[in-house]
Order: sequence, then C-alpha cells, then structure tokens
Amino acid sequence: MADTRMTRRAFLKTGGAVVVGLGLGPGRAGRAAAQTTAAADRFLGKTVAADAVDGFLAIHADGTVTLFSGKVDLGTGARAALRQMAAEELEVSIDRITMIEGDTALTPDQGATAGSAGVARGGMQIRRAAATARRALLERAAQRLGRPVSDLEVNDGVVGPKGGGPTVSYAELVGDQRLNLTVDEKAPLKDPAKFRVIGKAARRTDVPGKVTGQHGFVHDFSVPGMLHGRTIRPPAIGGTLLGVAESSVAGIPGVRVVRIGDFLGVCAEREWDAVRAARQLTATWSPGKGLPDQAQLYADIRAAAVVREETLATRGDAAAAFAAGGRTLAAAYQWPIQSHASMGPSCAVADVRPDRATIWTGSQATHRFRITLARLLGLPPERVRAIYLDGSGCYGMNGHDDAAADAALLSRAVGRPVRVQWSREDEHGWDPKSPPHLLQVRAAVNERGEVVGWHSEAWLPAPTQGLPNIPLLAPDAAGIPQPAGNSAGLIHQNVDPPYQFPNMRAEIHWIRDTPLRTSNLRAPGKVANSFAVESFTDELAGLASADPVEFRLHYIKDPRGIEVIRRVAARMGWTPRPRPQAVDPKAPALGGRGFAYVHYKHNETYVAVGAEVEVDRQSGRIRVTRLVCAQDCGLVVNPDSVRGQVEGCLLQGISRTLFEEVTFDRSRVTSVDWSSYPVLTFPDTPHLEIELVDRPSDPPMGTGEAASTPVPGALANALFDATGVRLRTAPLHPARVKAALGS
Amino acid sequence: MIRLVVNGQAREVAADPETPLLYVLRNDLGLTGTKFGCGLGQCGSCTVLVGGQAVRSCMLPVQAVAGQTMTTIEGLGSPERPHPLQAAFIAEQAVQCGYCTPGIILAAKAALDQTPRPTEAELKRALDGVLCRCGTHDRVIRAVMRAAATMGGG
Repeated sequence: MADTRMTRRAFLKTGGAVVVGLGLGPGRAGRAAAQTTAAADRFLGKTVAADAVDGFLAIHADGTVTLFSGKVDLGTGARAALRQMAAEELEVSIDRITMIEGDTALTPDQGATAGSAGVARGGMQIRRAAATARRALLERAAQRLGRPVSDLEVNDGVVGPKGGGPTVSYAELVGDQRLNLTVDEKAPLKDPAKFRVIGKAARRTDVPGKVTGQHGFVHDFSVPGMLHGRTIRPPAIGGTLLGVAESSVAGIPGVRVVRIGDFLGVCAEREWDAVRAARQLTATWSPGKGLPDQAQLYADIRAAAVVREETLATRGDAAAAFAAGGRTLAAAYQWPIQSHASMGPSCAVADVRPDRATIWTGSQATHRFRITLARLLGLPPERVRAIYLDGSGCYGMNGHDDAAADAALLSRAVGRPVRVQWSREDEHGWDPKSPPHLLQVRAAVNERGEVVGWHSEAWLPAPTQGLPNIPLLAPDAAGIPQPAGNSAGLIHQNVDPPYQFPNMRAEIHWIRDTPLRTSNLRAPGKVANSFAVESFTDELAGLASADPVEFRLHYIKDPRGIEVIRRVAARMGWTPRPRPQAVDPKAPALGGRGFAYVHYKHNETYVAVGAEVEVDRQSGRIRVTRLVCAQDCGLVVNPDSVRGQVEGCLLQGISRTLFEEVTFDRSRVTSVDWSSYPVLTFPDTPHLEIELVDRPSDPPMGTGEAASTPVPGALANALFDATGVRLRTAPLHPARVKAALGS
Repeated sequence: MIRLVVNGQAREVAADPETPLLYVLRNDLGLTGTKFGCGLGQCGSCTVLVGGQAVRSCMLPVQAVAGQTMTTIEGLGSPERPHPLQAAFIAEQAVQCGYCTPGIILAAKAALDQTPRPTEAELKRALDGVLCRCGTHDRVIRAVMRAAATMGGG
C-alpha cells in the first residue's frame, strides 16, 4: 500500500511549507486532488492573488493544467464542477486538469466555501480567469502561426487554423512559465450553445478512491513524529479547571498531559493510549455557567430583550389590511436547535514550530482561518499555512475549526506535530449548533378568500458584525483573547413569503443570544423559516377553501417559480382538493400528501417539493413514501452532482424535520450520540424523484442548500392532510405526533 | 505479538491486547479506509468483515480476533480492480463526502453474502445499522441492487 507519511527530511526541507503526500492509489483516482497525489510544493512562491490568472491556473510543458481553487470540495462534487468550468473556458479536456484546493500558500482567497456558492461565485471567478487565459493564448498563437485570431480554434489545448494547417499547443506557448495576466472581469465567456463540458455529467475523480479506502481524508493524514492528542472538555459548559491528577494516567505509556488555563489535553504516541488517557484522566471542574431550562426555550426567546428591530420586507400596508376587518389567522412555529452531526468527528493535524505553523484541516475557509490561527499562536499570518484536506461532510461549521485549534495548542505545548480527532461525544456535544427559531405569522383574508395581509415575525439571535470567526473552544479555555460574538449565517432570509400578497410585512426581532454556541448549518435559518411560511401558507389555503397548489400559484408571478410548482404537481399526479380529505378515525395507517415551495433567499434557486406520507397511528411514526422535487438553479454545470446535492438536501431535510433536536440539561448538551440524536436511516428513506430545469443561458445558482428548505413544510402539510393534525413545532417525531393524534 | 490475517496477508502487531481493532488497522497496519465514527458501535463507519461477518471494529479488542481472517475495504478491491460492489458505487456515483462509504460497502457485502438478491425493502433493513449523513441513501440502494444483479446472485 502507498505510504501515507512524508519523510522528516522532506518536511524540514520545505520549511513548514509541506509536501503533502497521502496514501492514494495510482492512476486517475486522485488526479483531481493534487494535494493528495503530487508534491504541491513545487508551486510554492506562486502568486495567490485573486486578480491574477496565475493565481488560478498553471499551464505545464507536458500539456497538463493545474487549477488552484480557493473553493474546496466538501463532498459535494465541486472538484468536478470547478474543473469542468476551467476546462470549458480553456478548451482543454477535463482529464488534463488537476486541482489544488484551499491551501493558503497556493490558492487564491475566494472566501469560505459556504452559502451554496462554490460553483455559483467561485466557479465564475475561475471561468473568468480561464477565459482571460484563453484569449491571451489565442493572441500568442496568432503571432506564432502568423494567422489572425479569428482564423484560429482550440482543440484540447492545441491552437490551429479552423481549416487545418500548422498548430501550436498551450504547452508550447506557455510551458510552465507564468502567464502574467490580470483577470479580465469582462473577458468574454463561452457561448452556452457551444458548451462541450459544462452541462454534461462529469465523473467525480474522488469516488474510486473513496469506495476503495484509498482516498486521504484529514483523518487519515499523518506526518513523522506525530503524536495523537485528545482534549478533555468540562462536564458543564463554562466549567473552569480546578485541578488535574496526572497520576491517574501514570499507567498509560508515554502520556503527556497539557494544561493551559482551563484547556486540558493529552498526547501519546499511540492513538488508543490518547483515547483512554482522555477518558481516565481525573480532573476537577467548577459547576459551569449553567444553562436555562430547555422546556422554557421558546418562551424565553419570546420574552428576551430585543437588541435590534429590523424590517426585512414590506409591501403595501399590512397594518391597514389587518385593521380593515375580515377573517384573520395567526400561528407560531418553533424550530429546534440542531447539530451538524458529522459522521466523522472533527480532526486536524498541526505542526507548530517556534516561528511557523502548518495546519491540515477540513476548514471551509483556510484563508480566513489562517488569520485566526495566527492570532491564536501569536505568529504573523504569513508564517502560518493552512491546508485543506477532505473532512467528513460538515454542512456548515461543525467542529473542524475547533479541532484545528486544539491540535495547534497541543502541538505548540509538546513541540511535536499533533493529530486531534474528537470523540463522538465531543462532536455532538460541542460542535457549534444552529440556533432555535421562533416565528409568529398572521394573515388577513377577505370575503372572497383572498389574502389581503401577511405579517411574519421571527425572534433570532443577533449576528455580531464583522466577527472573523466563531469563538473557538480552545482559546476560550486557554485564556487566549479572541473576538467575542455570535454568528449563524444569514438566518433571517425567507422569513418573508415568496407570494405576492398585496400587503405584507416581515420583521426580525434580534435578541442577544440563545443558549448554545451557534454557527451556520446547511441553509442557515431558511429551513426553519420556510417550515413556518410554508406550513402557514397551507393553513391559509385551508381558510380560503383552496387547493394548496392552486392557492400558491395564484400568488406567484415569477414564471420560474410557477414552472417548478407545476412540474412537481404534474409528476405527483396532484388532483386539486379544496379541503383536507376526511380522516378515518379507525384506520391504523393514514396517508396524506403535502406541498411546499421556496425561492431561495428570494434571489436564487427555485424549488418545489411534494411529499406523500404514511402515518402510523399506533406509534406516531411518519413514513415518507414518496418525495418529488423540481429545482431551477439556472445553468446546470454537472447534472449528476447537482442531482446528488438535491438528493442530499431532501434526505437531510427529512432527517432534520422528523428526528433531529439537540437536547440539554441545566449544564450541558445531553444529545451526544446517535441514539440520543437520531438521524435518518436506510429504512426511513423514500424513493426520490427529481427534475432539474436546465437554463444554460442563465448564471448557475447554488444547489447545496435550497432543496432542503421546502422539505419541512411539505412533510408538516402532508401530516396534516393525513391526520388533520397541524404540528407547528419540529421535529415531527413520533411521540409528538402520537400525542397530537390522541388529543 | 498478535497475529491477524488481513486482506489475505498474515500480519503481526505489537499492540495492547485491549486496543480496539480499528486503531490497529488504521495506525499499525496503515489501513486507513476503516473510519472512526462513534466508538460506540452505533454508526457502522468502522465496519470490517471478520470471518465473513460484518463487525464494528471500534469496540472490538484486537485480542478477540487474534488469529482470525478479516477483510477491510482495501481488501475488497482497488481503483484499478474494484469489487462489483465498489464498481456499482462508482457507476451510481453513490458517494458524497465518502466518510461512511467503506463501512456501508462492507455491510452491504455481508448482506449480499446472506441474501444475494434482496428486495429493496430487505436491503434497507439490512443496512439499518449503518448511517450516512450526506443523504446518499437512494444511490446506495441503487448501487447495491446493481451489484447484486451483476454478481449474479440467487
């Protein structure tokens, strides 16, 4: 098998700028992930400027191309899609393109890989860089061949006259030299009608390695001399360390206990020794800061002091519409705290020297994180190199940055490279969580059943402006200053409905914080907000005695929204029904259907979802029997990867809607494993039917988040259709459904 | 020294006998395809085959399998010569982050060894003990059904 380690000499030679060599099978398996196959350090010293073509691309004498991407592949297939975009604009085959990702020494800072924007924004930067390069290369070829540019064409990196004749290749024109070009923001992009690579399914090059155990995750990375580290968190959040009995681990060979303030960790040569030392180490902690009573969570949020009022959107005069009389309806919706619940607990390897540091991490934002690490270690940022390696799927900021900070502090303390992998309890208990949502929605309906007024309000924790990084556990415990505050992503979006009601007002009541540390979790806030908006829309349709699909269509003008709704309705064979069906009180299994729609962030992807469910009266368990989805995300770069992302959104959406809730007692999180925090299992999985609306002439939009947002509404609406029970608090878990059915 | 037969090769390791098999495979034998997921036997990421049975290597002391024959994901096939199950996962692109994938493939292998041509419902039940968080379930089912067909079971 391939050697997963690098030599100490190679490490030292490069002076903290490290050759990364992971155990990957030969051949094409790892070609797309250059940092796992090649000595990426041969590129050290290159520019990482995002306005330089050389920042993104290197054209080699052997005809291959290296793409340097600040956006990383978080398991989404971006590695294929980004290479497709470069291949298309450069006119070289995708197989010639190798990609290096998220390495602060080699790749441009394209911002965090987040917000479902990897392809939409990051990919467009890469296309512009490649288009700039192609135009310059054509000009160089024109000179070399003595022909006007207009006579020339490119075939797989070879430029020649359209009618045949002498040719010159990119390799001959460039041959590993710098291009010295500024990215032209207006460089003409290829006409979509001429796409040869974009829009076609491109095989993900990481899949063969991933199914054979050859793919190198950050969890699998090691360097010579590396120790295994584990951190020990207090039994209560905010607990301070009163004492450590190192003698309690004296029997375990070679264990080193590291204490920095309230930061406590162990390191050992062998991983199992580190694991059992962390379990066995006797430490005394203070009782902690205490947590509020979870049973009062939403009441506390409702009663919390508002630190800032924000009017998110208005149309017409909602107050006047409510004052005018007519029927009104009001309801409150509650969405729980949820965890990223990654399959692989977070992991990182750090090698911290007195004057420099290298950190291998699954971070979504190595450039930004480098600044945080530099501050943590008291080093200048240019002496810190952060290198992305695949983590376990994270769906937002799980524990990956925390694990890296843990490894960095331990490495600095012991003077050796240290690998830290969190335990399951660490990951479930200490990853930053999505915040709880409370929404209050009301509407006024006139005598013809038309909605004349809509008012939605959300109580949400206020984001701290300009916060560079979520406060991390390690510096917090070690007493190392870091900027304080909250962030959970753009959690206020889609509190306003996607429907053109004549009078509408949406408000956010920003409160100071919520009980647990927060971060962005896939489709931040919009899963919860859409649950409220789409559930309430169904309730309104009921009030108006209208079919839920026809009701929605009545209030949508955007043809792209109308199309996804019509597609789902057609595929489901949706027959309009103005009222819920009659429920047989004796039937053991109750069937129903539900519908929901989102225009993601009101300016991105359009998604409609239809669900069919079966509810077991005895247990209260909801089984999703069919899920139909139509999505319009503009240009579809890699249809198979887009489909995969939609599948993931839908299934994770089911999981979050039906099962997932972080629980806590008065001192700590208590949902710390897969039985106390259950997620979707294979038997829970319905067959998925997905239609993609391809619009090659439109810009690509995000696809990693949007489709998860209509799922809760579709399921809650299907539950109502099946049982007549309206649940306004998620998750719709069996006990909750059963209790509602019984009442 | 503890003797193991891993992927057809006799291996000897000097490890504390209580060390879970997972750490021996990953750190002593360099077989990092087997993943740590929970250490509690709940998620299946660490699944390997011991004597043809799917077991959770995160909780299994290495001494309990001394002298036994086992298969890890690396022993099933390689990118160049994938096992039909691995080939089917490639064909269906039934992977997102891929962290749980080795465990799922080995659990599927054990399931197909027992029931070569399962129905979809049987297969879902057989994979109940392995978790995926990215939502590849639908593709995984398609891939295993495809593999079952190509393996000519039944």
